[in-house]
Amino acid sequence: MEEMHQVAIAAKDPAIGRQFSSQVSILSAMELIWNLCEILFIEVAPAGALLLHLLDWVRLHVCEVDSLLADVLGSENPSKHDSFWKLVTILVLQGRLDEARQMLSKEADASPSSAGMCRILGDLMRTMPVLSPGNTQTLTELELKWQHWHEECERHLQDSTFAASPHLESLCKIMLGDEAALLEQKELLNNWYHFLVTRLLYSHPTVKPIDLHLYAQSSLDLFLGGESSPEPLDNILLAAFEFDIHQVIKECSIALSNWWFVAHLTDLLDHCKLLQSHNLYFGSNMREFLLLEYASGLFAHHSLWQLGVDYFDYCPELGRVSLELHIERIPLSTEQKALKVLRICEQRQMTEQVRSICKILAMNAVRNNRLGSALSWSIRAKDAAFATLVSDRFLKDYCERGSFSDLDLIDNLGPAMMLSDRLTFLGKYREFHRFYGEKRLTDAASLLLSLMTSQIAPRSFWVILLIDALPLLEEKEVVFSAEQTYELMRCLEDFASRRPVWREPGVQRIQEDVENTKLEMLRLALARNLGRAIIKEGSLEGS
Amino acid sequence: MFVARHIAADHKDLIHDVSFDFHGRRMATCSSDQSVKVWDKSESGDWHCTASWKTHSGSVWRVTWAHPEFGQVLASCSFDRTAAVWEEIVGESNDKLRGQSHWVKRTTLVDSRTSVTDVKFAPKHMGLMLATCSADGIVRIYEAPDVMNLSQWSLQHEISCKLSCSCISWNPSSSRAHSPMIAVGSDDSSPNAMAKVQIFEYNENTRKYAKAETLMTVTDPVHDIAFAPNLGRSFHILAIATKDVRIFTLKPVRKELTSSGGPTKFEIHIVAQFDNHNSQVWRVSWNITGTVLASSGDDGCVRLWKANYMDNWKCTGILKGNGSPVNGNSQQGNSNPSLGSNIPNLQNSLNGSSSG
Repeated sequence: MEEMHQVAIAAKDPAIGRQFSSQVSILSAMELIWNLCEILFIEVAPAGALLLHLLDWVRLHVCEVDSLLADVLGSENPSKHDSFWKLVTILVLQGRLDEARQMLSKEADASPSSAGMCRILGDLMRTMPVLSPGNTQTLTELELKWQHWHEECERHLQDSTFAASPHLESLCKIMLGDEAALLEQKELLNNWYHFLVTRLLYSHPTVKPIDLHLYAQSSLDLFLGGESSPEPLDNILLAAFEFDIHQVIKECSIALSNWWFVAHLTDLLDHCKLLQSHNLYFGSNMREFLLLEYASGLFAHHSLWQLGVDYFDYCPELGRVSLELHIERIPLSTEQKALKVLRICEQRQMTEQVRSICKILAMNAVRNNRLGSALSWSIRAKDAAFATLVSDRFLKDYCERGSFSDLDLIDNLGPAMMLSDRLTFLGKYREFHRFYGEKRLTDAASLLLSLMTSQIAPRSFWVILLIDALPLLEEKEVVFSAEQTYELMRCLEDFASRRPVWREPGVQRIQEDVENTKLEMLRLALARNLGRAIIKEGSLEGS
Repeated sequence: MFVARHIAADHKDLIHDVSFDFHGRRMATCSSDQSVKVWDKSESGDWHCTASWKTHSGSVWRVTWAHPEFGQVLASCSFDRTAAVWEEIVGESNDKLRGQSHWVKRTTLVDSRTSVTDVKFAPKHMGLMLATCSADGIVRIYEAPDVMNLSQWSLQHEISCKLSCSCISWNPSSSRAHSPMIAVGSDDSSPNAMAKVQIFEYNENTRKYAKAETLMTVTDPVHDIAFAPNLGRSFHILAIATKDVRIFTLKPVRKELTSSGGPTKFEIHIVAQFDNHNSQVWRVSWNITGTVLASSGDDGCVRLWKANYMDNWKCTGILKGNGSPVNGNSQQGNSNPSLGSNIPNLQNSLNGSSSG
């Protein structure tokens, strides 16, 4: 908030400066309300301590005093400073009597004529009975002492002790809790709740919590004096002084433009079991209601949605389903974001969302012809049907171009290969190519054969598999055994008898002719290989 | 709290429908100028028109997106008695540079003999399916059995509503406990036509859609109808745009064992009725979680409705169609947005003149 304040002052554009200023004021208001709620609802300060907390509260939120103090003290002649009496008055209004006394002693030093009066007033300040923490006085003892002190101040006033100095006299009246004197200081008090606390300090220091709202209402009325009407902030504070938690939440909901403050305040109060004690029926539902509102709002933001996830996690009833609905809608502008979203879903076992998101990404990849990406998303989605589709596209591409794209992916499929038959075929076929490239010819041969006999090869691919056998058959060494050769021959005849028309009609006959030639070559090669294989196997057996 | 952005649409005639895609980053508009335009939102938040093409030979009444699991697919319906399905084709690289994309027609659905007034895709768990409704009072449900082949659609059901239909809404609930359900609204002005909202439910046994309920209390012409997304409630919520905004709940009555073959019976309650628009209400639209309803009316305003935790519905915002703020809305006090409080993916459309 400090930063924003600095920025507001430094802003060159007055409009932006105004915007920052108003945001600072909203945040200060929120802090004010929050602290008051802490004092009243959570600390539940009893009479005596209550006033001390309220004093702290006021001092915390009126911050000009310290800079003014530094200013005056820092000057050469503090007591002659323009704002000297203003400072002393503020200090008294805030109950900072020690510091006020110090100021008075400076005045006493500077003008001997008023030294006597300053000393007396200073003594009064010093002797005002306060409840300090750790003090073993009872409240009644304190009240008694305070009454005596109050009467002493009154006597001085009656005796016109301070008549010579209007400033000192007015300070004495303030310390007596004189309403008129306090109201004269409206400008320094700045707001009615400061007025309230000062008034209580000097007239009812042992105020009980339950009586607070009476003084609050009358303070507000006196301070405004019928000139202006209460603002939303005033209503909220009044509701707090009345210990009406629900009213506080309601007023905050109306006054503030988003749910951040209300959601967190309600959550805190709920954890302190304060809402439930008020009304069992909808107490806990209200907390969740507000948290859901806030979290939903976060999801509209391009990066804050991640916070929203955490908030939904803490809503036991509707959090999960709300998260499911929201997380699907996050635009997946980058792969990074998609992975983040998926991780969140996987952590929470939101399998349907994972499947859906991966499917959307896979579909998008297929449309943009990024087959490798499509395949990896299908695998992540465990979507066998789509994996088959993408594998088919890979194979079709291979038929058309004679090479594979995304080799890295296909080579490293691992167990994911088992997702769909077509995918397994794709992986194994690639493996066949690798074996051939590494000159592991017998392995390549066995694999090729098993691909043909295992039924996972799509019909459309058989001719390619068969023709792939050719280079193996034309190697110097015998790669296919006799038995394997018989198998191959059987496959060939099987294929030839049931030639599928897998290309679109109208494709040139040249294609078919080329195929037929190759198949003839294959028959020849197979026959030759058979011969060589038999001889080879016969010889080994023989010797 | 709300930021209004003007977009010069360049449609040459009235815009009848606006539809956001699933992620809220693409928008389609359709118009009496017989064209559909597709808009894309850039990183900086500006909307650019990336496609504009003639789709029908008459006014285009509605346009709607399919779920992105099926790719980038749109459906449109028109006064020319047809509905059409369109798919975006990833274009050449120079198109991409110019920021343009191409949409091709995959199929035309020509079964209707009168103006087709609404077209909506079914929830994605039902596959690639859509419903159309026409002025001849027939709702038609089509399915594409192969989601990779958008040219093949078959007419699966024809539901006769006996009243001229103006709008349909699929129940988005994907719970196993609910059969597919579709609500149909009518703007029929003939004196015999009384109840203007009908609910049809799919029956697993007869494999047909049968009428489950008629909302007898809605007797004025209905312009729009929308089921709310279901957060796990056992009952359904339906919003209706008619001479006012109405919100109904439909609680399924426990089926007796004897009549387990028939359609579900529902307990119907009206939970809200608002005439704040003080004029015809043309569109209603829900947010993602079904917690906020938006309505638009002839008063040129969009109103937002929300239920508090006690289930009381109230107006939580008013937006003027021209983007200016309205005095006297129910949210007072500080109006600076500290954290964006826009309702995510608010789908809304204004019936009225072209903007810009």
